[in-house]
Amino acid sequence: MKSDIILSGVGGQGILSIAAVVGMAALENDLYLKQAEVHGMSQRGGAVQSHLRISEKEIASDLIPEGSADIIISVEPMESLRYLPWLSENGWLVTNSTPFVNIPNYPDMEKLLAEIESLPRRIILNADEIARQIKSPRSSNMVILGAASPFIDIPYKSLENGIRKIFGRKGDKVVQLNIDALKAGRDFSETNKK
Amino acid sequence: MEKILLLGAEAIAQGAIDGGMSGIYAYPGTPSTEITEYVQNNKTAIERNLHRLWSANEKTAMEAGLGMSYAGKRAMVCMKHVGLNVAADAFINSAITGVNGGLIVTVADDPSMHSSQNEQDSRFFGKFAMIPIFEPANQQEAYEMAYEGFELSEKLKVPVLLRITTRLSHSRSGIERRPLKPENKLSYPEDPIQFVLLPANARKRYKGLLGLQSLMEQESERSSFNTYYPARNKSIGIIACGISFNYLMENFPDRIFPYPVLQIGQYPLPFTKIEKIVNECEQIIVLEDGYPFVEEMLKGFLDRTNKIKGRLDGTIPRDGELNPDLVAKALGKKVKTGMKIPSIVTNRPPELCAGCSHRDIYNALNETMKEFGKQKVFSDIGCYTLGALPPWNSINSCVDMGASITMAKGAADAGVRPSIAVIGDSTFTHSGMTALLDCVYENSPVTVIISDNAVAGMTGGQESPATGKLEEICIGLGVKPEHVRVLTPLPKYHDEMVKVLCEEIMYDGVSVIISRRECIQTASRTKREQKAKTEEIAK
Repeated sequence: MKSDIILSGVGGQGILSIAAVVGMAALENDLYLKQAEVHGMSQRGGAVQSHLRISEKEIASDLIPEGSADIIISVEPMESLRYLPWLSENGWLVTNSTPFVNIPNYPDMEKLLAEIESLPRRIILNADEIARQIKSPRSSNMVILGAASPFIDIPYKSLENGIRKIFGRKGDKVVQLNIDALKAGRDFSETNKK
Repeated sequence: MEKILLLGAEAIAQGAIDGGMSGIYAYPGTPSTEITEYVQNNKTAIERNLHRLWSANEKTAMEAGLGMSYAGKRAMVCMKHVGLNVAADAFINSAITGVNGGLIVTVADDPSMHSSQNEQDSRFFGKFAMIPIFEPANQQEAYEMAYEGFELSEKLKVPVLLRITTRLSHSRSGIERRPLKPENKLSYPEDPIQFVLLPANARKRYKGLLGLQSLMEQESERSSFNTYYPARNKSIGIIACGISFNYLMENFPDRIFPYPVLQIGQYPLPFTKIEKIVNECEQIIVLEDGYPFVEEMLKGFLDRTNKIKGRLDGTIPRDGELNPDLVAKALGKKVKTGMKIPSIVTNRPPELCAGCSHRDIYNALNETMKEFGKQKVFSDIGCYTLGALPPWNSINSCVDMGASITMAKGAADAGVRPSIAVIGDSTFTHSGMTALLDCVYENSPVTVIISDNAVAGMTGGQESPATGKLEEICIGLGVKPEHVRVLTPLPKYHDEMVKVLCEEIMYDGVSVIISRRECIQTASRTKREQKAKTEEIAK
């Protein structure tokens, strides 16, 4: 098995905790992993991405070649489109629909969503709203990861265990809120993917 | 042994700790910061009480590292590529003095300038100093090179350079550790004048360094980091340096290369292996992340045969970071092309955080400067460099650490009035203090604004040695106390800030305005941590 994943968002939105959970889950399954992330200047509200690769075979490059990512997971809608050159022909795009507007020329929301809708394999969800509904407003990241989980070749239980390991020191309550968020995202995808 | 997940930078730190390091010396700089931060938080490092606090700049770090080596212990010095320019005097001369305890200088280059002002290649510095260079392909090699680097340094009695690039530094993978070594005991150099570079002695030391070159090459010849992969098809031979080897492998799964490949991870270049691949193959493609360092050496000045291919002839772009697709194209392989980025996607450059104190000082400065005209503000390296972008457009320079003050001085010497410098607190103590002394010496009409957020903000909020001492430092350097002014940058004090800025700009001499409010990122992190602590106690 192999999953090449592009994570995207805006600096400060916390895409790295998604990467950390998937990383832990990969370790639990004795998979190889490489994860390239962005530190430094872009973390100040700029566009950020992370290349996350997991495989049962040893991984060579830290970067995913163009046109070959299995999935783009984005916590911000416009950012999800920035990495389309990496998405493979059969790849899925899973994105939050809540925009992060910190630039004056942010595109028109309707047109932006229409652009994402035009892709053959995509899941668009309002992760912020879902997170609020389940009373875990700070876990929209995990909602997104849950929505992406059907397309990642790792047992769902391992992702839950990943959350336990990453959030464990913040207490049982935080762990449970994040597991609930993961589940809510998963349920959304199961209902909405064609 | 169980694998642990580490960034390339962290793998180097773990390798150095396990290799018996007694101290790390560094100034923060992307992409090298995480090496020292890892040591600061590492259990073994804390138990052993390894030196792990930040240095004022890369030069002081390099010198302290050399001092620890003098005392027989193993030290690592870390910096980003441009930091090596600052440390260059100590670095080059450390090759002449040689070492006692093992000394590794780790330098993280930044091809594509993700977070830097140039993409200089530190391998040139290694060659310049005439010392061995390690260049890992992956996180495991990064670990091994740090672990083994001390031994090579002690064997040859010279420092070694460990060169990485952003991609490896900031990419995570599984690492297998090796047994923890003991630290060296305190010992003095056998020769009491080894470190005395008086000309007569330096000439001897230099001849010694020259004499070591063949030994260094022998080490490279038998190094397991320089591996030859034979193959039948000799129409092309590939020399892959450092991380470029990964991009090559990505194009040939299972490491079955159709052409001979020479992987380079240790310099000076191994002559016999290079000679073999060059003689054996019709054409050579050199893959290297950074400048065409190896390519230029192989090509020389006179070669016009076009046998050596790489960045110089356009087989690979002349600038920017390598990736698997560029390597595929260089080898004439087909690459997949994904969809285009839709035109609706706009740029999203980094920006100053909401609530950041730099915003308030720029707002006040912009209003003040309406009266004094444009293009008179020199600035420096840090988050506040973002003040060059809209909506502020407040500053007109960003060159190197500390340059704001000295450039403002030079411009003032040329007749620019007023001449203003904007510099951060950490950058000021890194390289701005001597610049301020130059201004004081001539009583130059320069207004220096120190935007003091009490940390090194851009690199993630490291402690700033200037915290709580800025006024004393400036007065101590000779700035008149009445012209050291302190402001609190908040919107509610806007008018007052403008007034003070005006007054000091009008003053015909050196003045320093300290605009002081804690970094908003650090402040909110401290608040969160305190809250968590209180909750913990409440339990």
